[in-house]
Amino acid sequence: MSSAATPHVGAFTDEEVAAIRADFPILSRTVRDGRPLVYLDSGATSHKPTAVLDAERAFYEQHNAAVHRGAHQLAEEATDDFEAARETIARFIGAPSDEVVFTKNATEALNLVAYAFSNAAPTDDPKDDRFVLGVGDEILVTEMEHHANLVPWQELARRTGATLRWIPVGADGALDLSDLDSLLTERTKVSALAHVSNVLGTINPVSELAERAHAVGALVVVDACQSVPHLPVDVATLGADFIAFSGHKLYGPMGIGVLWGRAELLDVMPPFLTGGSMIELVTMERSTWAPAPQKFEAGVPNAAQAVGLAAAVRWIEAIGLARIQEHEGALVDELLAGLEERPWVRVVGPPRGVPRGGAVAFVVEGVHAHDVGQVLDDAGVAVRVGHHCAWPLHRALDAAATTRASFAVHSTREEVAALLEALDRVPVIFGLDVATPAGVA
Amino acid sequence: MDLYQELILEHSKRPHHAGLREPFTAEVHHINPTCGDEVTLRVAVSEDGGEAVVQDLSYDAKGCSISVASSSVLADEVIGRPVSEALETVEAMRTMLTSKGKVAGDEEVIGDGVAFAGVAKYPARVKCALLGWTAFTDALARSGQDIARPRTTTSPLSSSAKPTTTGATS
Repeated sequence: MSSAATPHVGAFTDEEVAAIRADFPILSRTVRDGRPLVYLDSGATSHKPTAVLDAERAFYEQHNAAVHRGAHQLAEEATDDFEAARETIARFIGAPSDEVVFTKNATEALNLVAYAFSNAAPTDDPKDDRFVLGVGDEILVTEMEHHANLVPWQELARRTGATLRWIPVGADGALDLSDLDSLLTERTKVSALAHVSNVLGTINPVSELAERAHAVGALVVVDACQSVPHLPVDVATLGADFIAFSGHKLYGPMGIGVLWGRAELLDVMPPFLTGGSMIELVTMERSTWAPAPQKFEAGVPNAAQAVGLAAAVRWIEAIGLARIQEHEGALVDELLAGLEERPWVRVVGPPRGVPRGGAVAFVVEGVHAHDVGQVLDDAGVAVRVGHHCAWPLHRALDAAATTRASFAVHSTREEVAALLEALDRVPVIFGLDVATPAGVA
Repeated sequence: MDLYQELILEHSKRPHHAGLREPFTAEVHHINPTCGDEVTLRVAVSEDGGEAVVQDLSYDAKGCSISVASSSVLADEVIGRPVSEALETVEAMRTMLTSKGKVAGDEEVIGDGVAFAGVAKYPARVKCALLGWTAFTDALARSGQDIARPRTTTSPLSSSAKPTTTGATS
């Protein structure tokens, strides 16, 4: 990789990019026989800046205690740190802090909501019949969902007798809303969709869909894993009733996820996991629940990880998500332009020029994505290959698997060039009948 | 890169014995859920004259070059062979692939399978290479064959196991 002669695309200067990259210790390591690491898999998990690692370490070194328990000073400090982390994350998404529930990851957050419907069975004295599902009721998802926002709803339908329906994906990578009137009806009790597709990068019209869903009385659950790290998300204006996202894709630690829900809904929802610290009163016969968010945080929470995630959020805020979005958007455009010059590559998802998240997935016709990824890996370029936990979407795309490059704040145009250069070895190695890319032996 | 040996690329482009054929004694469908690779595989086992023989192995493999090529090599190595010998070949292939690069594999036993020695260094790809072979073992079992693996140590679960005759190590 040569240093760029032209100014860096997007919002950051070369100096800023260098400073950002210096915050990520892992970016200085090499892979596969000394090659620089070109990490284009932040959509799977992001790397962690030093500030996050330091915050976790400081928690364990100075305040470690089980939060919401104990009367000693460490317990007080740990609880304060944990609750301060909640406030930081709440502010980041424009929510009051008591609407933020910590989970272990986004999958657990989505299951928490799905099980609220299951646990609000009619025989169980539900506080709110919006959460009671049964035969004749419908759950609406989309064909582009990550398994984490599909399988819990399939299982909910199976447990309750409700019917699962889905919005198909069009050839342009956008949701095909032409049949929405028949899919989203008075029977729909809940609609779950991704804010940004983890494969296609498509940004779904959440506000518009939420308005339609609310008009028929359905609740709206949004998988925000691929939006919160890449574009400003404000729950006050998004229109959703719940959003779920993971910490580890947001430059935070693994083992921490977030569910945001409207207070009035969290208040009437039955709990998912039960046990210690989520109770109000326990007798041998039965128990009552603490108010949200504690009602949904059974057991000793991952406090150090919550503190680490708050550090990640502060680190992001210091740069600004709008600038990160502009930076990543420029890199996405540069990659799409490069792929356009390679007719043997088929990009899935919205065409160039349409706003998307930080991911670009593509198919090299005639070569399996696993093989593409292996060739890229050999050049030190880390991408994700496979169905990216979105198997039904891949069937709809008529692709067994795709190769996905996903960007982060520290990504560079040199890394886009490295990806394209490595990609040009694919037709050579696999003997594709294409014009040999220039400069490839 | 040493992973994509010419032999592997040849087999993946023109897989031997590919396509699903009749007759067969069992058909199985195996998938690799992490990447979506799949193989539908049929075996025809005959027991004329006492010894069980793999009369035919046919398959429809959808997946990466490693998994397709591996099924092709499998077909080459086991068609027409006694089941007992085929199982030894499977075990030798499995030993090589799961050795993390320590076992080179014996061409006498696994034939073109030796081209897959480099796969063992890429843990994520070992399942790709084993997909067809695992499916084959399953299909043999469903054809009524005893597929207990030869083991180097005595296991109460494999009392019927044959003595170890896996491929040479190097």
